[in-house]
Amino acid sequence: MKNHSTWKKPAISLHAQQIVTGKWHHKSYTVVRKIGEGAIGAVYLCMHHGRPVALKMSEQDAAVTVEVNVLKALKKVQGYRLGPSLLDVDDWQAPNGRMYSFYVMEYMEGKTLGSFIQQRGKKWLGVLMIQLLEDLEQLHQAGWTFGDLKTDNILVESNPPRIRLVDVGGTTRMGRSIKEYTEFFDRGYWGLGTRKAEPSYDLFAVAMVFIHIYYPRRFDRITGESSEKLLEKKLYRAKDLQLLHPILKKALKGRYLTAAEMKKDVMGKIKQVQNRRSQYRKKTQQKKAYPVKESFSISLVASVLWIISMLLP
Amino acid sequence: MKAGTLKQILLLTDGCSNKGEDPAIVANLANQQGITVNVIGILDDDQTEQPEGLQEVEDIAVSGGGVSQIVYSERLSQTVQMVTRQAMTQTLQGFVNKELRSILGKNQSMEELDPEKRGEIMEVVEDLGETSDLEVVVLVDSSASMRDKLETVKEALFDLSMSLNARVGKNRFCIYRFPGRRNDIELVLDWSPRLDGISKVFPKLTSGGITPTGPALRAAMYQFSKKQLRRNSDEEPFDMEETGY
Repeated sequence: MKNHSTWKKPAISLHAQQIVTGKWHHKSYTVVRKIGEGAIGAVYLCMHHGRPVALKMSEQDAAVTVEVNVLKALKKVQGYRLGPSLLDVDDWQAPNGRMYSFYVMEYMEGKTLGSFIQQRGKKWLGVLMIQLLEDLEQLHQAGWTFGDLKTDNILVESNPPRIRLVDVGGTTRMGRSIKEYTEFFDRGYWGLGTRKAEPSYDLFAVAMVFIHIYYPRRFDRITGESSEKLLEKKLYRAKDLQLLHPILKKALKGRYLTAAEMKKDVMGKIKQVQNRRSQYRKKTQQKKAYPVKESFSISLVASVLWIISMLLP
Repeated sequence: MKAGTLKQILLLTDGCSNKGEDPAIVANLANQQGITVNVIGILDDDQTEQPEGLQEVEDIAVSGGGVSQIVYSERLSQTVQMVTRQAMTQTLQGFVNKELRSILGKNQSMEELDPEKRGEIMEVVEDLGETSDLEVVVLVDSSASMRDKLETVKEALFDLSMSLNARVGKNRFCIYRFPGRRNDIELVLDWSPRLDGISKVFPKLTSGGITPTGPALRAAMYQFSKKQLRRNSDEEPFDMEETGY
């Protein structure tokens, strides 16, 4: 007995103006355009009652269901916005007669982390890193590792700039094996750690995310060369990251056990810089005060001499 | 909760079989014995179109109840681990579907359930995927055209063992190449929990133009300890009772 439905389902691609209606909840979505594609299916911008939403559909039903489970679990710990909020889960019968699972989430608008830094400058590095670490800390406390943390999965919403994590495809319960990863950001690929879901796995990826901003084309490991040295070399060449070098290096080595620890160091660094700046300002102010004092004392001496000259016959 | 042992054959090839029995038929036989057959077809970097010979890749995987993927060698590492995992999920899902049918009637399967219930069942499947033990026989095509790809294959297998060893469940791997010098397959690495050792033992040797995929699959099937193979195809390939589920 062969169950035909377990046979390979053809990949699905939606086109603009196509209407997707759910089998269970009967809600309809009109496709506007594709906004992303990953290992598991594609994400489309759709309209639903005149409002934009993001719809993810895949031929891998199991993977869709797993992602929905993660989004549901994150909803429970919310109060804090971790990941996009889930709006609908359903099945759709495609024109080819097969059933495809999909889910609908809030549509998030923003720039990717890389283009945001390019436009607004390196002064935002520290702030955004703190935001990112804050979100990860919440996620970790709820018992999850983000997993597939990469520059593409980090959006910066504007006004005020706020980091949002998208795509929970790799989000894995602590202590399990990472579900999905991207080689450049994966410590296993670099031979610098396991693929076990734990906070230090994400923190390694945080460091790689910030390195990636300065190496947008990425780079590969080199057989026979120490990855640790290679990454350090690349890190030191990114001069804009200079202040954060010791922190990023520590994250690459897996020395941070929690996001909070790393966040504290980043905040410390920022404070240090601010203090240095204000001290510098004070000094320059003091310098500016000298000519006043000087002219004042000269005129004082002059007036004393003048008084003396008046008193003299 | 403790799960049983999943058995897989992972076939890595870059071409069509040209000797011996039809590999799809052997794959089907293996699947009836509770073994899943996954196939990865490796393209040359300058191959822009999918060569016809690689159609066989999908046929073998479908008959073997497994997953197939055709990739360029640079994507091999990620693909190998993705395919292995997807196949584990698929096997476990197949088992769950069978249970559902026995409880809820003939036409019930996960897809017929509403998304909420499906979500709950999927959690169980995921748990099983994380905790079950896994045995993989890796079967590497070592015909002449594979010569330049063996280094990448080695890296991908090392990567696979790293991914799977992050699971809670135990793993066992062994590697064979085919054709062997004397037999259909030749041992490269005996059953081992890790694949770290392959850097030393991976052969530079390649053979001529024959690719006896069918006979190689049959020989690979017998590498799972004989008493575990089921004589009766109706028996559950993934037995929950004996594992105390």
